[in-house]
This record gives sequence, C-alpha cells and structure tokens, in this order.
Amino acid sequence: MNVRVMRDDLRPPGPPARRHLISIRDLSREDVERLLTVAEQFEASLEREMKKLPTLRGRTVVNLFYESSTRTSASFELAAKRLSADTMSIKSAGSSVDKGESLKDTALTLAAYDPDVIVIRHPHIGAPQLVAACTEARIVNAGDGKHQHPTQALLDLYTMKHAVGRLEGLHVAIVGDVLHSRVARSLIQALALVGARTTLVGPPPLLPRGIEAMGCETSTEIDAIVDADVVYVLRMQRERMQEGANYVPSLREYTARWGVTRARVRPGQKVMHPGPMNRGVEIDPEVADAADALIVEQVRSGLVVRMAVLYDLLTTGPAPVPAEAAMEVA
Amino acid sequence: MLFCTNGRKDDLILEGRVGDECVKVTVDQGVITRIEPAVATGKLLAPAFVDPHVHLRTPGREDEETIASGTAAAAAGGYCAILAMPNTEPVVDSAAVLGALTETARAEARVPVGFLAAISKGQAGAELTEMGELADRGAAGFSDDGRPVTSAGLMRRALQYGAITGRTLAVHCEEPTLSRDGHMHEGDVSAELGFGGYPSVAESLMVERDLALAAYEGRPIHLLHLSARESVEALEAAQGSGVEATAEVTPHHLCLTDEAVRTLDPNVKMNPPLRAASDRDALLAGLRSGSISSIASDHAPHALHEKDVPFEAAPFGVTGLETSFAALYTHLVEPGLLPLATLLQRLSEGPARAYGLEPPRIAVGAPANLVLLDTEATWRVGEGGFRSRSANSWLLGQTLRGRVLMTVADGKLAYAA
Repeated sequence: MNVRVMRDDLRPPGPPARRHLISIRDLSREDVERLLTVAEQFEASLEREMKKLPTLRGRTVVNLFYESSTRTSASFELAAKRLSADTMSIKSAGSSVDKGESLKDTALTLAAYDPDVIVIRHPHIGAPQLVAACTEARIVNAGDGKHQHPTQALLDLYTMKHAVGRLEGLHVAIVGDVLHSRVARSLIQALALVGARTTLVGPPPLLPRGIEAMGCETSTEIDAIVDADVVYVLRMQRERMQEGANYVPSLREYTARWGVTRARVRPGQKVMHPGPMNRGVEIDPEVADAADALIVEQVRSGLVVRMAVLYDLLTTGPAPVPAEAAMEVA
Repeated sequence: MLFCTNGRKDDLILEGRVGDECVKVTVDQGVITRIEPAVATGKLLAPAFVDPHVHLRTPGREDEETIASGTAAAAAGGYCAILAMPNTEPVVDSAAVLGALTETARAEARVPVGFLAAISKGQAGAELTEMGELADRGAAGFSDDGRPVTSAGLMRRALQYGAITGRTLAVHCEEPTLSRDGHMHEGDVSAELGFGGYPSVAESLMVERDLALAAYEGRPIHLLHLSARESVEALEAAQGSGVEATAEVTPHHLCLTDEAVRTLDPNVKMNPPLRAASDRDALLAGLRSGSISSIASDHAPHALHEKDVPFEAAPFGVTGLETSFAALYTHLVEPGLLPLATLLQRLSEGPARAYGLEPPRIAVGAPANLVLLDTEATWRVGEGGFRSRSANSWLLGQTLRGRVLMTVADGKLAYAA
C-alpha cells in the first residue's frame, strides 16, 4: 500500500476561498459598506467617454435565467461587459431546459466552460445553492423563488444612501405583498444590517407569520407609512397568487386600502419600487412619476452595484478596495 | 400478518448486557431455549426493533426500493419486523395487489414484513376499500398514509366498518387546504426563507377531528408521524378521556427543528415538516411519558436525481431504517434527554402493540427476535453505502455513536456487521 503523509504546514497554500452572493445573510455590515464604496467608484467611471474598464478581462460571466427579467438580466450583462468580461446569457426558453434538462445537468454543462461567475435566477428556493455545490464558479443569486434577491437590496441601499444622504437611522416602510417578495426579504435584512428601521405594511395574509424575527415592525394600516423617510412599494405579484387562495378579496379592494397614492405620501417622502410596476394597482401613476420617486435611479444604481458585486467576488475578498481598482477608476 | 422467506431457523448464541445483567442467550432452531449469566461484555442485547412505518416503494418504484433491499436495510438497522405503507403505484387497495406483494415477500424479504392496505380505493378519499377481504388476505392494518382522509364522513365509515377487521387504522393527519403549497413548518424560519408554510394547525386540526371521530365511534386509532405540540396535547387529552389512541414519532422530528432547513438541503424536507423547538420538546416529552408509544422511521426512499434539485422542487421524505437507533442514541440518549430503556421499548414493544403484533422479548420459549448493539462504536453515515437503494438520509456524513452488530429476526440471523 502506498500511503503518503504530508504535514498540514507543508501543504502549498490553497486558492482563496470561493465566495458567493446568495443571501444578504452571507454579508457583514463591512461587506455592504465596501460594496457600496466600490459602486461609487464605478459610478464615477461611467461619466467618462470611454466607459469600459479592463478589470475583468479574460473572465467569463454566465447569466442563467429561468424566469423572465428585464432590468436584472440587462444590468448584469452590461455590468460584466463594462468590466470587459466575456458574457453568455442563457434563458430557459429556447435552451435545453425546454427539453427537460435538470438544473444540475445544465449547471454541469455550463461548468465545462469554466465560468468564473454564474448569475442565476430561478423560480425555486435553493437553486443557487445547488449550482454552487456542483460547479466551481462563484454564484450570484439574481432571485430564487420567494427567498432572496440580494443585488436588488444592495442597489436599493445605494439609491437610498444617495437620495437621503444616510442609511443609519433611516426609516423605510415596505408596502404590499411581502409574503411573495424576495425583494422584501433581502431588503429587510440589508436595512437591519446598516442600522435602518423597517416597517412592513400590507394586508394581514400577505405579512408572513414570524417575519418580525427578521428585525422589523409590521402594520396593516397604510397610515403607518406616514413617518417613513422612504416608502418602498412592492409589486402585487399576480402570477404568484394562486386562484382561490384569497390573500385579498380583489385588487380593487387592495388598491383602495393599500395603494400608494398622492394623498398618502408626504412631500419630500421618497418613493421606490423594484419594478415592474402595476400602475394603478399598488402605486398611483402620479406618485410613480413625481420628483420624489427614485424608480429610475434604482435602475441606474443596479448597473454600478452589480459591477461592484462582480468585481468583489472575483478579487480576493473582504479587504479594503485594492489599489488596482482605485487606479483604474481614477 | 407478517411475511418473509421460509427456510431453516438458526442455532445461535448471543452474549450481551440486558438491563444491568450480562447474559448468554441460546437460540435453538429459532427459539430462545436458554438464558444464563455471562461474563461482563460491553455489548447491549435487546429485543429487536419493529418499524411501524416504512415505504418500500414496491410496486412501482423499484428503482428506489424493493422488498429485498428495504428489508436488508431494516435488518442492518436492528429491525426484526417492519410495516409497509400502501401508497405505491398501484396503491395496495385490492387483494390482487396485496397478494402479489406477500408472494414477493415470501421470496425475498430478509425480515418479516407486514403490508398495510389503503383505507380508500386508490387513496382517492372517496370509496372504502374491501377491508374485509384485505384483512383476510393478511393486511397488517389500514392507512391512506401520504394523504389525509379529507372527508370526515369517509373517516367515520372507515372507523365503523374497519371494526370487522380487527386491524389498526392509521391516519396521516393533514388538512390540505392549510398545508397547500407548504414546503416547511410555518414560522420564523419560513418567513425568512420565503417558503410557503405548512402550519402546525394543519396537522393538529386533523388530529382533533380524527380523535373526536374515534371517541364517538368508540374505536381505536393510530396517529402517524406526529410533529406538532398541539397534536401531542390533543392526543393526551383524548387518551385521558379514554380514547384508545396510539401515536408514533420519527427520529428526525425528535432530533431536528426547522432551523435545519436553513441549509436548504433537500434531505431535511419531509411531510410533516420539521417544526419548532417547542414542538420537538413536546414530542420528546410525549415519548418519555409514553403517550407516544412508538418510534417510526417513516423511511421514504427517493431516487438521487429526484432529490438533487432545489429544495423547493424536491419531494418530501428521507430514509431512516439504517440509522434510527444510532441517531436517537447519539442525539437523545447520550445527552441525557431519553433513558436508554425507554428508547429500546419505544423502538420495539411500543410499535408492536400499536398493531397488535406479539412484542419481541428475551424469554425462554419466545421466538428469537434480538438485536446486539455496540453503544461505544462510532461510524459515519453513508460511508460504505446503504443497503437501501436510496441515500436520501438526513444524517448523511454525520458521525453517530451506536452500531447494530447483529439482528436476529423470526429465529434467523438477518444481519451481522
């Protein structure tokens, strides 16, 4: 028998631990602050005529989308391209997923191209973990079922910080269908992490039992938004509401009681929405288009925040912004 | 009735500690003929275990389990008898399907197997099966396990008509309009993870309904795989007022809580789901006091490719036959949460009595149903594979203390490590 023994201290150092962004729970406050700082630096770079940075040249970013998406898939693709990475976008429609290929087999197939990052959106909670377990890539969760959408929460923090000037002590009211919202779950955790206060407002069946344990307050009265610095409106996810589930009797009644209308927001109160909006359902068009709405800013933030996330995962981890980045954005 | 392969019974000698004494047990042609004092040994000898709740997946999903592989797994887990649930494809709802199973068991079962038959045809919850004929052909009991009997009217008829069979009626308590789209226990963890919740009340409401019907009809009833504190409270109240109700609990509900679901490992997804710490405490208290008399593995094998999917897409169920004793010894007996003697009783005599089977015992003249255990040995779950055809164990990779060294089932050596 050929047994070789090697002392641990004689082993060559391994590569740095592979990191993922699957849940806001994976991040510390320092991680969040670092990502927002890097995003700010990238924002400055976007003002230049030559917008492309060489930072991720030679790296491969795969966007694997099992659900329809406009802004998330577009901004991840553009973020990767702005950093000079090679990108591939795979949508479930028109791919072998249509032929019944399992997520694991699709992931293994893509892994054969040695991608550095796989950005995945999937209707099932747990899909990013599965892909992380069966490939060597860093995984960015772009939305898994009702679980998490961490880059949305980061871009929302970025938007709030720039519109209001601070995150610590900020009061945010999240209004609507919290039960079916991965955006809400990520945002509640992210706001708690940076010391903001969160109030959830909506119909009782759409406020999940036990959600207060995440560090937020709840109210079923729309008046509870009055004290908030930011009113964050969630989409009524009609496609997630099974027929006969009776979460609300009708959208009409929902709008009458919880719709965010001009009469219900104060001047100066910022209004956000992750999109796509159902105008006239959860948000009144007048509010959506008002000067205090940050909805377009959110989309703009999405690009630089996703650039920061890709950059952060592909550089050696939780350290201050490396000199290389500072040089490139200078 | 239990079925297994025929053949010569064995002559064996086993030495081990029974309670505080060390004994040498002699088995002649399958029967215990002598019990003598012996020199001290570290091994533990006990009446072999009875598993009242196993899914053998046969007929229909022989890729996941067969009678041969499932009973081999049972033998390796220290079981001398198991009861198989009828939610197969096709469902065990006719004498023809039951007859085919008992024939197969006679050809390939390593340990005796009893087959439960369905309460309703196709487990569709509409019409009673021919319970009389099924009992005559050896059905070990009746259950629509995997599905609740949603109609209270049908449940009442099953209690009434089932009386002619003398067999146990075992119920899976779940109110489907409350558990619909639930992937885990409804609580803090499901709120955070975003899963649709399967609330405790979905179980306890049905437990209360079935206990009320059993009380009204004056009939015994067996409650499958309890998971919620409220269910234990309802059971104890009914027992206190004279209802002949028995109940079982699984090792995973005794060892884990819904916190385990944070891993998103599909091998902690089961029905009923893992619940809160207060539920686990109530189950453990019920097991200690005896209001819950049986431990059931609810062994539910699944093909690897069906579990190797995101948690939300994965089917419910985990395997357990090969790990019940070690899991409970490690997680409950060693930390002092459950006396060893109670564990051994709930794994053997408790479930046997719930189904009217003769409890395994160590006594001269009794058929040899024995398990020899090493409570010092440790082993890693999954190392060296499983005898089951499936590997969806919630303990995969865990190191456990307590090993089955030998199982004697119905007078035959069924397993030796």
